[in-house]
Amino acid sequence: MSRVLEVENLRISFPDGQGGRLYPVDGVSFSLERGETLALVGESGCGKSLTSLALLQLIPPPGRIESGSTVRLGDIDVLGLRGERLRQIRGRRIGMIFQDPMTSLNPVFKVGDQIAEGIRAHFDVSRAEARSRSFNLLQEVGIPDARSRLDAYPHQLSGGMRQRVMIAIALAAEPEILVADEPTTALDVTVQAQILEVLDRLRATRGMAVLLITHDLGIVAGRADRVAVMYAGQIVEEAPTARLFARPSHPYTQGLFASVPRLTGPVQRLTPIGGSVPPPSAWPAGCRFRPRCPKAFEKSELAPPLLPVEPDHRMRCWLAETGGARG
Amino acid sequence: MRRWLLRRTAQAAVTLAIAITLLFVLMRAAPGDPLSRLQGDRLLSREEIASLRERYGLDQPLLTQFGAFVGGLARGDLGVSIEYGRPVTSLLAERLPATLQLGGAVILLNFTLGLWLGVRQAVRRGSREDRWLTVASLGGYATPSFWLGLVLAWLVGVKWGLLPPAGHSDPLLDSGAGFLERTVDLLRHLALPVLTLSAVTIATTMRHQRNAMLDVLRDPFMLTARAKGLSERAVTWRHAWRNALFPVVTLFGLWLPILVTGSVFVEAVFAWPGLGSLAAAAVGHRDYPLLMGAALLTAVLVVAASLLTDLVYALLDPRVRLS
Repeated sequence: MSRVLEVENLRISFPDGQGGRLYPVDGVSFSLERGETLALVGESGCGKSLTSLALLQLIPPPGRIESGSTVRLGDIDVLGLRGERLRQIRGRRIGMIFQDPMTSLNPVFKVGDQIAEGIRAHFDVSRAEARSRSFNLLQEVGIPDARSRLDAYPHQLSGGMRQRVMIAIALAAEPEILVADEPTTALDVTVQAQILEVLDRLRATRGMAVLLITHDLGIVAGRADRVAVMYAGQIVEEAPTARLFARPSHPYTQGLFASVPRLTGPVQRLTPIGGSVPPPSAWPAGCRFRPRCPKAFEKSELAPPLLPVEPDHRMRCWLAETGGARG
Repeated sequence: MRRWLLRRTAQAAVTLAIAITLLFVLMRAAPGDPLSRLQGDRLLSREEIASLRERYGLDQPLLTQFGAFVGGLARGDLGVSIEYGRPVTSLLAERLPATLQLGGAVILLNFTLGLWLGVRQAVRRGSREDRWLTVASLGGYATPSFWLGLVLAWLVGVKWGLLPPAGHSDPLLDSGAGFLERTVDLLRHLALPVLTLSAVTIATTMRHQRNAMLDVLRDPFMLTARAKGLSERAVTWRHAWRNALFPVVTLFGLWLPILVTGSVFVEAVFAWPGLGSLAAAAVGHRDYPLLMGAALLTAVLVVAASLLTDLVYALLDPRVRLS
């Protein structure tokens, strides 16, 4: 397998309003292989969406990506690109789908034109050719009666149809990486399954790598090859999906699983994680999960690095050194 | 669409009828009438006044007078101005071109320069340029146009002699002057009144356009547009601006009648022969027929502007249906 995306030590900062800066994303590193799906899982506010926006330098001002951060696409250093060279990467190498299809499409343009625009931004083709490609894309994402839907406006489509259009836009310039930021959160449950199925199918047929950003562990199982769990601006655990589900090791990951209701097995009381996710201004020194962690011990006052649990399983917790037992 | 147009036209007719009736009654309720001035100055005898009153129908009951006015209106006859002794329609028609020139130039300037500056400000929000333009637009907004007009007329027109300080055309211009020469002369005369009226209006346009753009720039579809790989120009002008036009269209709908009927102050300062000064004089003279004519024109324009605004909305926004 070849590596298509490599993110190293990504740090994103925002002014804190008092002359200093806060770091909602603080040293995130991960990589993506060709054809692979990596799920970035975490609660809202953990920095997962900002991480995805940073891949194409889409962080809204006054936020900024700190120097020392790296995003590499093959041998291209994305964060060093500006202007036209950056534009050529957006959509062409990485396509993006956003959370809310109701507001992510421009209300005053026909959906066919919104797709064709993405094609013509990267390929030198005629309007007619772009339109015919848009038609193919609409068919590919499973929109019935695609010919007439080309001339529909977003408000004339249902939420699920709009999200399919968003996917078609993201695919317009045939990117090798698809970033899906909570692609199903705003949709009905039945529609969620359909959209996820479309994404699975496209990954298989197009051989794309997918970065799936979600707060929902339920959609990760059986869909992602690997999972990275984020907490307070950092990745706290990373493992192949099967292993993470079998043996969640970081106390935060364990807490996440304990708070997800299960349909099989005996009925159990859910155990929510105590307290709430602190904002970046209130992150503690040392391990950031420490104040909410049932297993915190003396060493938690020091910030842990990502430590190996098993060869391809790492977590940001000192317990990894002792195989889970307190030292 | 056809049904919408029919319904809106019917609505417009009702609005106009109410406006006309109200105006007619209010005008008669104001103290004095067209002839009381002549009477006070003892220029005319009691008998002469009475015969004039009879001649203009002012001795008739109010209802009869109103009936006569509406009857004339149906024939396209707005009556004869008491002050000028000429048909109201021809007086209005005479003044209309100058007013359209002034109002048209101001609207054009707003629609180009005003919108462009507002968009620029929003895109460069917080920059030095944005802050200076904000100061300038607040200054323009706070400046009374009659004062600015006087200062410009005196400074640019009289002291520096760069542009004509008053009037619509050079009276000494050769009547055989070519089209180009006459156009240049008109533009020179237009410059100061247009500048005066534009200072306030462009300030408002800029503020509206800036705020509308800032709202749209926060919309999630802007992220989609950028993530597709569109140029910043396409993102700003195609995706953002199209959506930020709506508040400005409303603003223009409100302005259209004001600019077309003319600014009383600016026309007075620059001796611009437009409708504004004509209407102002008509109020002073209690020139009922002329005043009703000018008011009717304004009312028609207000109704037409609101119709036009709705049409433009429907044209710009596919979610708006004319039904």
